[in-house]
Amino acid sequence: MHEWALAEAILASAKRVAEQENLKEVTEVTIKVGELQQAEPPILRFALSQMKTETDLFKNAKFHILKAKSTLTCRVCATTWQFNLKKLDKTTAEAIHFVPEVAHTFVKCPKCGSPDFEIVSGRGVWLQDIKGAK
Amino acid sequence: MVDPRISVINQRLAKIGRIIAVSSGKGGVGKSMVATALALSLAKEGCRVGLFDVDFTGPSTHIILGVPSSVQPKEDKGLVPPAFMGVEYMSLVYFVGDNPAPLRGADVSNALIELLAVTQWGTLDYLIIDMPPGIGDAVLDLVRLVDRIEFLIITTPSLLAFEVVKKQVTLLCELKMPIVGVVENMKMDKSNAVELASEKLGLRYLGAIPFDTTVEEAIGSPEKLLETAVGKSMAQIKKAAKHKK
Repeated sequence: MHEWALAEAILASAKRVAEQENLKEVTEVTIKVGELQQAEPPILRFALSQMKTETDLFKNAKFHILKAKSTLTCRVCATTWQFNLKKLDKTTAEAIHFVPEVAHTFVKCPKCGSPDFEIVSGRGVWLQDIKGAK
Repeated sequence: MVDPRISVINQRLAKIGRIIAVSSGKGGVGKSMVATALALSLAKEGCRVGLFDVDFTGPSTHIILGVPSSVQPKEDKGLVPPAFMGVEYMSLVYFVGDNPAPLRGADVSNALIELLAVTQWGTLDYLIIDMPPGIGDAVLDLVRLVDRIEFLIITTPSLLAFEVVKKQVTLLCELKMPIVGVVENMKMDKSNAVELASEKLGLRYLGAIPFDTTVEEAIGSPEKLLETAVGKSMAQIKKAAKHKK
């Protein structure tokens, strides 16, 4: 996902969680970004800092961005391996950046060559934790 | 952990008048052809229209529209779909090209959520969605995620197609989903069996599209498609699409 669209989704989601937990102010938001998505933390951080001013809820919020390694497991031969961005050309890496599932088109199991693998971890973007004041 | 993408989907679709999923329980009934012709026909009369191909493992609307492989969505706080003949068009083919996309159910859901969350459709009168056959992940996800989704059901005169379509209609009715109506595609005789069966299900029969051998020749040429029986039959479907039941 594009970092700006991603930032917008994170803030919309965090707002919803804050409302559910009756938070009047959000102070910390922890986000987990999967390696497969290749979202750039500096761009994401900048987008969040620009967009958070649209509501008082996030006025003093700090955003922590954690990176998660991407682990893939072959459904055919059970081989587990790490996604390696460096092995991909720019166009393919960008396609996976926008829609990580297209990895099934371009990435194959290193042992048996199957595209039938599970993305066990590090797929996308997750809102891990929110802290705030009631 | 919360998936943030879900929260933004209906926000992305907020400026769209109607969201119509062209759907069928059965494959091969002409969903993609009807979806594309409907989008082109609405655009030709001045409506702002988007076409979204969510048949990720078997996309074909890009071939019908004649989308060049060099075209890519523009990046602007998400992805802005390129326009063809006035139709803003989004598909997974921008990212996989002519290569196969072997996706299982969870992957289909994730790709759909991703594209719904990232695509900047802007203001549209209609978003036409070309669905995969069946009542699997794409149908269930659109029901779950898109607040204002409506379904346009495509069948052929074949009993085989209509019996499968009936299952989809039953599901959609159980889920209280709005159904625009039923279109009978590739009609070759004067039987009114599908019309009667549709009415028996409480659905509007929107009309028949005659079988037209020139449709194949129109693939890749949107202007030609609008001159075929499929294109010319859009008037009645559009009329129904514009007036909610």
